[in-house]
Amino acid sequence: MSILIDKNTKVICQGFTGKQGTFHSEQALDYGTQLVGGVTPERGGETHLGLPVFNTVQDAVNLTGATASVIYVPPFYAADAILEAVDAGIKLIVCITEGIPILQMLRVKAAMADTGALLIGPNCPGVITPGECKIGIMPGKIHLPGSIGIVSRSGTLTYESVHQTTQQGLGQSTCVGIGGDPIHGMNFVDVLSHFQADDQTKGIVMVGEIGGGEEEDAAEYIKAHVTKPVVAYIAGQTAPAGKRMGHAGAIVTGGKGTADGKVAALKAAGIEVVNSPTDIGVAMMGCF
Amino acid sequence: MNIHECQAKQLFQIHGIPVPDGKQAATPDGAGQVANELGGEGWVVKAQVHAGGRGKAGGVKLAKNLTEVVEFSRDMLGKRLVTIQTDSAGLPINSLLIEKIYPIKRELYLSALVDRASKRVIFIASAAGGMDIETVAHESPEQIISVQVHPAAGLQAYQCRKVAYNLGLKGPQVKAMEKIMQGMYDLFLAKDASQIEINPLIETHSGELMALDAKINFDDNAVAMHPDILAMKDPSQEDEKENEAQRFGLNYITLEGNIGCMVNGAGLAMATMDLVKLKGGLPANFLDVGGGTNVEKVCEAFKLILSDKSVKAVLVNIFGGIVKCDVIASGILAAIEQVHVTVPVVVRLEGTNVEEGRALLSNTGHKIYAADDLAHAAEQVVALAEAV
Repeated sequence: MSILIDKNTKVICQGFTGKQGTFHSEQALDYGTQLVGGVTPERGGETHLGLPVFNTVQDAVNLTGATASVIYVPPFYAADAILEAVDAGIKLIVCITEGIPILQMLRVKAAMADTGALLIGPNCPGVITPGECKIGIMPGKIHLPGSIGIVSRSGTLTYESVHQTTQQGLGQSTCVGIGGDPIHGMNFVDVLSHFQADDQTKGIVMVGEIGGGEEEDAAEYIKAHVTKPVVAYIAGQTAPAGKRMGHAGAIVTGGKGTADGKVAALKAAGIEVVNSPTDIGVAMMGCF
Repeated sequence: MNIHECQAKQLFQIHGIPVPDGKQAATPDGAGQVANELGGEGWVVKAQVHAGGRGKAGGVKLAKNLTEVVEFSRDMLGKRLVTIQTDSAGLPINSLLIEKIYPIKRELYLSALVDRASKRVIFIASAAGGMDIETVAHESPEQIISVQVHPAAGLQAYQCRKVAYNLGLKGPQVKAMEKIMQGMYDLFLAKDASQIEINPLIETHSGELMALDAKINFDDNAVAMHPDILAMKDPSQEDEKENEAQRFGLNYITLEGNIGCMVNGAGLAMATMDLVKLKGGLPANFLDVGGGTNVEKVCEAFKLILSDKSVKAVLVNIFGGIVKCDVIASGILAAIEQVHVTVPVVVRLEGTNVEEGRALLSNTGHKIYAADDLAHAAEQVVALAEAV
């Protein structure tokens, strides 16, 4: 078993006929993802990449039975797209879009409460279960089906972790990029609880960065609930305070959210934290 | 995005938040005129720069007469102000805010911001105004009052009363506080702020509440929806190279070291800086060329790094996913053709089309070192920077 998605997951794409939607849908189809259609308002009834286009997510769900959706719509329309997917009963929503205004995300989070839908992202690479299903912009071919669960706030550091665990022959069960925005969907604790419950996952790589307090929450959660080995890395040791380091959420404010604080919290919880991003794979291998 | 105090106070007035009588001035004589028009018996001359800590740095001065207003203005205008929040070069003082002085009974603190943990806009208040709020929160957390606003319900009157009574306000002050908080919340939503801070919010001897200082940060993701806010941007208060980078859609931040870094992805860019430090070097910058970059962007990024004269060596670290390594290599070569490169460049390429990328770089006469391993690349660039 993997977490969240597998070879049976039926996926639709919102923003299907746009440049990003088209490119990444082609890649997903090549990888073997069960992409069953897409949504672009006013384009319903057309065929794109050999798949049906719908005007609304509800139409797409009714006619394809999709349970997951990936969103590639521009930032000012993305909050609307997320809530449309929730309203249509989509269970897993993966929002790749970067640059959604933070106040819109506050409303999305409030509106999603108690709906049972899961959101990954925004501003993330997506989620992949190697060899089965790829939802997002990650390069498929660096992955190897295997035993390590990877959860990260950064796209390229996820690829780095994937590459290293592939080189070690460990492979990955599922990789989840939770995104670099301050207000986002699933957090470290949410994903860790799935990995802990998953039989295929034997070890976990967690990649955090400066800003917020979710790594500290994860440290407490791991100490109390996770029995599998965890290797952590925190980016941003040399980042100056008060500056946004590329990701909207990667900022140290008022002495809070520093790399040092996060590393200390993780170490205090007995978690192995590597100093160098190049040591992730070797350290994970060393746990077995 | 940041704006000046005088701009923030204009927005405050539009939203019914009381501020001192005051006006902006850009020359010493202009400052004197403004003070004369305002009337009263004393004025404060405030340097308009995008940084806190102005008072201790000599950027806020109390003038007893018009001569002093002109004198202090002449001292400040055209200078650079170095505060604990700026770098050692400081920020240019191009304009001043001249305000009437009011008799202060108490200094309070009030701010609104997006709280990541609760995923709400929250208000934070304290009777310990005028101080650094982080210090207050750390040393005497019982002095901090906070309320969370549900986005569907909006700010409620009882939440404002709670803040007011906790601050020891009474009578008409309670209503005044409610008006200030509602004004802040309306402004927050109307202009997509990420933080509004009033420190201090003063209580005058006559019991009035007034925003003595004003600081507003706006959400960079939303500012394109607000042309009026964008028009308030003051590039003179920002790093020149960071402004230049923005034009090309690059994320660049100037740091104080001598190893230039060019990386794709924010997380990997931070990790690369950390790795350089771990190997004994110091990064000169943070630079994320983005996930979906192209030859032109890479070329501009490279030129930007090289325009920093303290850069002694460059480390390029690319994990090609969607970005193809040969595209990156072509960008580097294009940049080398356009600018005279004298510093060594260490390139670590991994991922899509890595062989093609490495082949392109190996066939040049420049000082390009191809590394196949990130740890080794970092060691090499540190050694090269030291050897210069």
